[in-house]
Amino acid sequence: MAEKTYLQAISDGLRQEMQRDKRVFVIGEDVGVYGGAFKVTLGFQEEFGPWRVIDAPLSETAIVGGCTGAAIMGMRPVAEMQFADFISCAWDHLVTVAAKQRYRAGTPVPIVVRLPSGGGFSGGPFHSQNPESSFAHIPGLKVVCPATPEDAKGLLVSAIEDPNPVLYFEHKHLYRRIKAEVPDERYTTPFGKARVHREGDDITVVTWGAMVYTAEEAAKQLEEEDLSIEILDLRTLIPWDRKAVLESAQKTSKVLVLHEDTRTGGFGAEIAATIAEEAFEHLDGPIKRVTAPDSPVPFSPPLEKAYIPQVEDVAAGLRELAEY
Amino acid sequence: MAIAREAEPVGSLREIREAGLDREDLLTIYRNMLVTRGIEERGHILYKQGKIPGSFYTGRGNEASAVGVATALGPEDVGTPLHRDMGVHVTRGVEPWRIFAQYMGREDGPTKGRDGNVHMADANLGLIAMVSHLPAMLPVAVGAALAFRIREEKRVAVGWFGEGASARGDAHEAMNLAGVRRLPVVFICDNNQWAYSTPTHLEYACETLADRAQAYGFEGVVVDGTDVLAVYREAKRAIEKAREGGGPTLIESMTLRMEGHAVHDDAFYVPKELFEEWAKRDPIERFRNWLRENAELTDDEEEEILSGVKKILNDALKRADESPLPSPDSVTDGVFATPEDLDTPHHK
Repeated sequence: MAEKTYLQAISDGLRQEMQRDKRVFVIGEDVGVYGGAFKVTLGFQEEFGPWRVIDAPLSETAIVGGCTGAAIMGMRPVAEMQFADFISCAWDHLVTVAAKQRYRAGTPVPIVVRLPSGGGFSGGPFHSQNPESSFAHIPGLKVVCPATPEDAKGLLVSAIEDPNPVLYFEHKHLYRRIKAEVPDERYTTPFGKARVHREGDDITVVTWGAMVYTAEEAAKQLEEEDLSIEILDLRTLIPWDRKAVLESAQKTSKVLVLHEDTRTGGFGAEIAATIAEEAFEHLDGPIKRVTAPDSPVPFSPPLEKAYIPQVEDVAAGLRELAEY
Repeated sequence: MAIAREAEPVGSLREIREAGLDREDLLTIYRNMLVTRGIEERGHILYKQGKIPGSFYTGRGNEASAVGVATALGPEDVGTPLHRDMGVHVTRGVEPWRIFAQYMGREDGPTKGRDGNVHMADANLGLIAMVSHLPAMLPVAVGAALAFRIREEKRVAVGWFGEGASARGDAHEAMNLAGVRRLPVVFICDNNQWAYSTPTHLEYACETLADRAQAYGFEGVVVDGTDVLAVYREAKRAIEKAREGGGPTLIESMTLRMEGHAVHDDAFYVPKELFEEWAKRDPIERFRNWLRENAELTDDEEEEILSGVKKILNDALKRADESPLPSPDSVTDGVFATPEDLDTPHHK
């Protein structure tokens, strides 16, 4: 065990898998000599050589589509999008080929696409997005959003092991900010199993990624007001842990769904609808959503702050629910 | 003035022997072309009988191109054939009854009724199933070649696209990456002159699409796609070159789509004279004549081949018709793969 940043945990997990399994290779823009825009693959090319740490031209479709072809031939590719935003350029391939190949042609596509996502640094409309919900809507894709260093490593190992296309959203705001103990040995963190980040009795917050920490700060504030908040970190959206969410909803009878993605058609809507369908009789109040508004991610700091859900927004939402 | 090289026709039995085929191979090619056309003709009848749901596509006029390239593939090579390339499936050895089952949405089609038409492939035969979006499979073929290069295997991937799909970005990204990395991949452009109703002069402004290869740093070749032996010889050269580390080749195979885009389309927009001109170059008829002139194909041999093909098709239709429709309960089966799915010959 050693204390590691979220970024270090991703990097170490990937390195371990590459050391253990020759089929694993990485491909992306500037992942080789430069070590990746965020330095996740720093030193990898020296260790594994230029044919397992491949600097690709600026061609997201060829990168992700190439991963599919290599995977069908028995490799375990890990593609890096320089920013999650650029996955839009490979959307067609993921949705049209990778997601459907197992269902229609019986051919599994075991690829991982790493997606540095999220805002908070004035990255503007094209370097800040959290497009996980749009992929969660596509049957055949798995969607992973780790919040802790330990999960970042364990979920990455699971993603590489998984026989399906996995979108691995790594939140940029957690990269160097979040540190925790991470086991040195190899381990997997199962998909579809939520993590209780904080136990509580009065209101449940269902969230994932960087919003786990926003929820935590809000919960600390409300503790002083004698409100006990439970925070459920979903870890993975596809598959998602319906059971844990429904059980927590039954326990607290009040649920706030929190995400950094935009509101309309966001994954929070799916969670809210499921709770409404399956735990309606247990609810003492409406299911509340705190999300980004339906707009592109703005650049200027006051605008971006107004866009990304803040601790005060979550606290206000929780106080509203407490009234019921 | 075109940049790409223009392929020569194959003049004699000696020449084709030098390219790696003996007389028996030539008869196999002839048989495969007949089976290819026969499957699509029978499919058309099934469609008119209402036994095929959805639409129906054929590759009439493209038999030489498809069979020629597929004959040049090695047993461990892989490819991503498209909807005019039935001949690739046939040459690689797919059982025709499974194609009819596929057409009819039956349980025994390669996609078990989950997809239709030529949207299928038997992974055991080294083929990867196409999607409707073209040329979406080119990056996939390049990725297969990348896997071979990483593992230093002497295997080659072949990616197909049409002249219509040449306008899309996937084609550029795939060829550029393949060129940069000198990957063992061969690009086959089936240029049948019509993208649905759009003629070539509204699709691209260069003289030949093979000319583009130079811009990606590899060789381009234009070949008469109605001449199965010329196609074979060029594909063989390109595939063996790629296998030996010589990088990609783009082969543009010139044909005419002899029917509409699909069965609903009467191709009124194609000039009648063009059809008449290309009908004289029917790939099967051309090869039959070549065999008679250069390989002493006899009436008896021909009769034997034709009746053999007829039997294959009749048996296939009967067997396919016995295949059940898929159970509605299975609608969501197989959306996600399980670890056991990775144990196919492909995933090695």
